[in-house]
Amino acid sequence: MTREVLYQMDSGFRDEFEMVGYRFGKKGASEKAACIVGAMRGNEIQQLYICSQLVMALEKIERQKGILGDNEILIIPSVNYLSMNAGKKFWIGEQADINREFPGNPKGEPPSRVAAAVMEAATGFRYGIQFASFYETGAFIPHVRMMETGLESTSLANLFGLPYVVTGQPRPFDRRTLNYNWQMKKTDAFSIYTGATEEVDEEQAQMAVVSVLRFLTRMGIIRYQCHNGYIASVMKEQDLAAVKSDAAGFFKPKVGLNEEVHRGRTLAVVTDPYEGKILSKIKAPTDGIVFFSQKSPLIYQNSVAFRIIKRLHG
Amino acid sequence: MIETVMSMALPVGEVLRIKKNRLMPDGPLEQGKRLCIVTGIHGDEMGGQYICYELIRRIKAEYDRLTGIVDIYPALNPMGLDTYNRGFPTFDFDLNTMFPGSPDGGMIDDMAHSIVEELADANLCLDIHANNMHVKEAPHVRVNDGSNEKTMEYAKSLNLEAVWVHPSNVVKEGSLAYALNERGVPALVIESGIRMETDDVLCNKIVDGIFNTMKCLGVWSGKADITTEPDIWVDDRVEFINCDSTGLFIPAVSLFSQVKKGDLIGVIAKPILGAVIEEITAPMDGMIFTLRRYPSVREGAMIARIVGGSHD
Repeated sequence: MTREVLYQMDSGFRDEFEMVGYRFGKKGASEKAACIVGAMRGNEIQQLYICSQLVMALEKIERQKGILGDNEILIIPSVNYLSMNAGKKFWIGEQADINREFPGNPKGEPPSRVAAAVMEAATGFRYGIQFASFYETGAFIPHVRMMETGLESTSLANLFGLPYVVTGQPRPFDRRTLNYNWQMKKTDAFSIYTGATEEVDEEQAQMAVVSVLRFLTRMGIIRYQCHNGYIASVMKEQDLAAVKSDAAGFFKPKVGLNEEVHRGRTLAVVTDPYEGKILSKIKAPTDGIVFFSQKSPLIYQNSVAFRIIKRLHG
Repeated sequence: MIETVMSMALPVGEVLRIKKNRLMPDGPLEQGKRLCIVTGIHGDEMGGQYICYELIRRIKAEYDRLTGIVDIYPALNPMGLDTYNRGFPTFDFDLNTMFPGSPDGGMIDDMAHSIVEELADANLCLDIHANNMHVKEAPHVRVNDGSNEKTMEYAKSLNLEAVWVHPSNVVKEGSLAYALNERGVPALVIESGIRMETDDVLCNKIVDGIFNTMKCLGVWSGKADITTEPDIWVDDRVEFINCDSTGLFIPAVSLFSQVKKGDLIGVIAKPILGAVIEEITAPMDGMIFTLRRYPSVREGAMIARIVGGSHD
């Protein structure tokens, strides 16, 4: 394993900003096999944690001669620790979301330069894996998410062994993400979502680590003993029923992630913030499995409280 | 008449409302044209607030000159405006990347969708912005590449010195202007000033221009002076100037300054060293139409934009 500074910038009033990468594989390895990117936003604590566990695991695998052939793996655990240390979500100063700056411009403004540096380091790899967080806050069943660009491969995504693979049409802002730009540069790109962002969920973090090691093993990049994981259900975003709250107030969920529910079941109640009485019961509009759940104790009217996987077979 | 066009309950004790002030003649409409003026998508941009105030004040002063509908929406992101926040707080969304939205998406998607539907039968929509970050802009109209003739005609009628044809964030895919143009509603962005402040000279110039456009559209029969044939800027006439150092920017020019190639734009100083570490010079002859206001810069920060060359 070698640790290297991929990009640096004078941050002004703090130490030099250094974006660090960890490279695995023998010296002079010619096959850029996989690039893994962790926290891009300052609140992506879980994503950083997963990368740290992955670095540790791959270091051990490398010591055991488990990086195969000429394969090289690059891990960038944190793209934006300046914000994480300051308790800010976006790039300090410009308040920009780095994951809306791709492919970036090396002569542009600071966030765009950082994105360009990531893009330069991450380009040319066969596989690109990002631990991402979703724009809606809440908890998910761990899954692999891909954009439908015509270049995505759900059969490859299945090899992570996570329970679900979700594909969706790119939205305007998606075209400025790392995932989309990886795909445009012929890298098979996968975003992995675990249940947490701003806190560490140890169980799901380990699930994410193992899923990546499983994928790398199946692609012949590393040697690693693991169980087979799941045969993923592949679904489109439109297979997920959005269940909205028609009231605002305290949000009290009655079901958990991955729970099977039937049409008409009460998924949550919304109560009056002053008087405590029930304002609304949020009911399941369909049979299915709870895939996403709002986590905040307060809910806005018309916001998505749950996403349910509609019955997939039958 | 003030109307609520969209409302949404917030968790504790309040309802968030997007409102408009509809100004229309008392009698029957002669032409039935509708102009929509929107602002406050970004909650930290205050210039649009001044423009709404002044526009409504002046229309009311000569109400009998109104010949069509003028709908004014000062606060498309009331939560952002109320919290001095560019985006929608809690979600950290830039609302102007979410259009056209969707009724089936989350709350912000739904909000974006409702706004587009509200504006969908306008004859023209003007979306007023200030620069989002740390630079101040000379007033200009922004349009995307490939804007049609009718849209360009309205852009010229705004009586500002320039129309910049450039796929910037405020007019590209995801923005309100882009979504409306895609729906066939001519939509223009007016960019002027800087966030967190108003500049009454620049704002009044824009208000004058809007009256001009109102007259062209047929919703105003009062006086409007068409005096300016705008310069059309395309990207090969515009130079972006970014610094290569981190430190304190000390300007040597002002907004609207005419500069020659090689003239000093400003310096980057390193306070702890008591030294200048970078001199920034003009890469071409032209006018400074964007200039850094916030002095702290990190390498890559935008310092200025210059427009040069002649108008053909």
